[in-house]
Amino acid sequence: MEEYKEILLTSDEIKTDDYLVNMGPQHPSTHGVLRLLVKLEGEKVLNVQPHIGYIHSGIEKMTESLSYIQIPHLTDRMDYLAAHMNNEAVSLCVEKGLQVEVPERAKYIRTIFDELQRLASHQLWWCAFGMDMGALTTFFYGLRDREDILDIFEETCGARLTLNYSVPGGVMFDIHPNFQRDVKAFIKKFRQKLPEYERLLTGNVIFQERTKGVGILSKEDAIAYGVTGPSARASGFSCDIRKKQPYSAYPYVKFKEILGTDGDTFTRYHLRILEMYESMNIIEQLIDNIPEGDYAVKMKGVTKLPEGEYYQRVETGRGEFGVYIISDGKKNPYRMKFRSPGFSNLFAINNIAKGWKIADLVAIMGTFDLVIPDIDR
Amino acid sequence: MRSIIKYFGEIFGGFFSLLTGMKVTARYFFTPWKNVTQEYPENRATLKMPDRFRGEVVMPHDENNEHRCTGCGLCELACPNGSIEIITKSVISEDGKKKRAIDQHIYHLGMCTLCNLCIRACPSSAIKMDQTFEHAVWNRAELTKVLNKPGSKLMEGVKE
Amino acid sequence: MAFNIYDFTPLTKSIHDSLSASLNPTATLAVEWLIVGVAYLLFVALFGLFLVYAERKVCAAFQQRLGPMRVGPWGLLQTIADFIKLLMKELITPKRADKFLYNLAPFIVIIATFMAISVIPFAPGLASFDFDIGVFFVTAVSSVSVIGVLLAGWSSNNKYSLIGAMRSGAQIVSYELSVGLALITMIIFAGTMQISGIIEGQRDLWFIFRGHVPAVIAFLVFVIAGTAETNRGPFDLAEAESELTAGFHTEYSGIKFAFFFLAEYINLFIVAAMATIVFLGGWMPLHFGQFEAFNGVMDLIPGLIWFFLKVFAVIFLMMWFKWTFPRLRVDHILNLEWKYLLPINLMNIILMTLVVLLGLHF
Ligand code: SF4
Ligand code: SF4
Repeated sequence: MEEYKEILLTSDEIKTDDYLVNMGPQHPSTHGVLRLLVKLEGEKVLNVQPHIGYIHSGIEKMTESLSYIQIPHLTDRMDYLAAHMNNEAVSLCVEKGLQVEVPERAKYIRTIFDELQRLASHQLWWCAFGMDMGALTTFFYGLRDREDILDIFEETCGARLTLNYSVPGGVMFDIHPNFQRDVKAFIKKFRQKLPEYERLLTGNVIFQERTKGVGILSKEDAIAYGVTGPSARASGFSCDIRKKQPYSAYPYVKFKEILGTDGDTFTRYHLRILEMYESMNIIEQLIDNIPEGDYAVKMKGVTKLPEGEYYQRVETGRGEFGVYIISDGKKNPYRMKFRSPGFSNLFAINNIAKGWKIADLVAIMGTFDLVIPDIDR
Repeated sequence: MRSIIKYFGEIFGGFFSLLTGMKVTARYFFTPWKNVTQEYPENRATLKMPDRFRGEVVMPHDENNEHRCTGCGLCELACPNGSIEIITKSVISEDGKKKRAIDQHIYHLGMCTLCNLCIRACPSSAIKMDQTFEHAVWNRAELTKVLNKPGSKLMEGVKE
Repeated sequence: MAFNIYDFTPLTKSIHDSLSASLNPTATLAVEWLIVGVAYLLFVALFGLFLVYAERKVCAAFQQRLGPMRVGPWGLLQTIADFIKLLMKELITPKRADKFLYNLAPFIVIIATFMAISVIPFAPGLASFDFDIGVFFVTAVSSVSVIGVLLAGWSSNNKYSLIGAMRSGAQIVSYELSVGLALITMIIFAGTMQISGIIEGQRDLWFIFRGHVPAVIAFLVFVIAGTAETNRGPFDLAEAESELTAGFHTEYSGIKFAFFFLAEYINLFIVAAMATIVFLGGWMPLHFGQFEAFNGVMDLIPGLIWFFLKVFAVIFLMMWFKWTFPRLRVDHILNLEWKYLLPINLMNIILMTLVVLLGLHF
């Protein structure tokens, strides 16, 4: 106990009947090596203090010694559930610096991949969230459907998780001849499976009791903490980069930015389910209209960004992902910074979990959809 | 009275919401032929990886033990983590000129992130991705491979 | 030896007779105790292992998987392999744990389940006790295990364990009430607490059909409360794995962990067996009053098989819950008990009393 007294940064004194519990770095509900130092009074959560850095991999520093072509493949390893979006963000940023116009075909392919990746990410989130709530069967249903998407990825890019598909100038390969057929088959199948998700969890009385009204994040707090993505939209903060600063083929598609009002755990949960429907709509609009042409522009041998600062943001499954490059005109970036959604989202948890039970803390953490390498980078 | 109706409404509503969930799981319980499990080592014979699957980098050789690698070293440059080392030698060609040729194309599978950048970089399409994925070995040293086979030559007509 | 699959009385009697012929009465009793004890030990160990296997297969089927497939045909030997692994594990006692209580706790839990199982009749003539407060005995003895759980949580010197134990204490103490009241409802109907008497009363038709509405309500309440009492999902708060890693048995390893694990599954069996005895006629075949032909066909199936069929049906129901629902929160669990199950139960008792008094049953 003594050793933790120094670590605890909160100003309030530890009372004798409160106690500290280390949730993590090895804990089933932190989904990775995140450590939460939780102050409890009985079952009630008094304070949550995240300790990060257990899986820090120094990707930002590593990029300083890599060329712009090589950087995207490292970003796969940050938010591994949004590998394609990360790749795309770097590619877009580099393209911005070089002022290259990407072929239309590449734009369409990238957008379809974005949405497939978002679907896969939300499916994994759904099944892990169900598991956090104690419904273990959801885990397998979610993974079962995600498998179809990963198979599509594997066929076109040759990898399932670390895609490295989007490269500066376009995409790495042209789509596989079966791609359109498979995607359409998947959408057809998943349109039937998604209502099943809702029957299993959304309507369930136990689930509703546990999530409705729990862990409310107000819109002001969401903005103040820099929360983005579905977690912030559930509080009514319109922050969808796909709408605000459309990139790739998003200007060509019609879709709704889904906004919630309550900002509680249930809204955050249901919003992601609705987003899955929206993602399928977007894919359906694009899949038949992929224009013919090149899938990438030919890049010069050595890519050198002109001196300056470049910033590009994209919407991942978890929120706004930003890439900030400072170039001094050499072939490596002078400094590269990633704005990762998980990092900001994590620190909003303390504020909203206070006063709820441990079980609610797990549920709240679940709806923030944390990916730890994304936080630690 | 109203509160009593609400009370029982809650009970029945809750009960039916539970039944809906149970129906979903029961449907899968009674349709075991829809199971998704793949029994991996048993299905080795039928398991086919997609043709673009990135398993490891290989250098194809034809029947005369000839490959297409000129030893230009571009793949070594493209690799983000130094998984490739190119060792060249100089050979005297028939017309008496000194030429650079590949001596050893060393590939560290243990370090490779399978990013496909070397394959994109190669001007003569000398290397490609293979679909093997069972890479486990007892000794780490076995993961360091020499891609060009001993005694292999550069294929006719491949220009640098 | 007179072996009869339909009635085990001749078998037990012949064993008793042959023993008494060669030994004096005290020694006979001692040998018989030994035989019964070993039989129960074997049954608990093997049946527990089988239930673990069954649960893994059932949950796999719910989740579109195959479950264990590698050890033995269809993975049948998987749990035995797991058990051997557990036996070989190191027994760790955490630093500053209360050693005596820490070692005692698993035994309390497993002994309580052994005692509860002892009054359950598996087939005609196959029960070791049959006394006039059998039902009461089961509820009384099975609630002893909560002491073991509390001790385990307290003595482990682990905060997760402590939280888990406290949750489990609150939960078991309140759900005892519902289990008891649901049983009382049926005792009112049966007019006896003796287990053999209750089974005998269902010769014509099982209680769940004879007692229609109140009996069905009591059955549902019993199954829900019984699940809660065995600490199984969706009431598995005491070992809520996503919150408390493993709850009260976080610190236990090896054979001590196996005791908790086995006790959980045997408790599942006990709850299912009690539901079978009180609502579904125990080993009694399905009889419909005067349909002699139908009853005759049903009688062809031995009581032992009837009993286990019904038990497995109830166990399947409880597994079905577990693998479908999310976990409740601790305050919701208490709400469910005190706001819903208890009032329903009390109303149900009144309803049952009326049914019995007015003779509205079959
Ligand atoms: S695949 Fe990537 S990491 Fe592997 S050798 Fe080629 S360039 Fe290097
Ligand atoms: S493999 Fe290709 S890029 Fe690498 S050295 Fe040989 S020819 Fe050059």
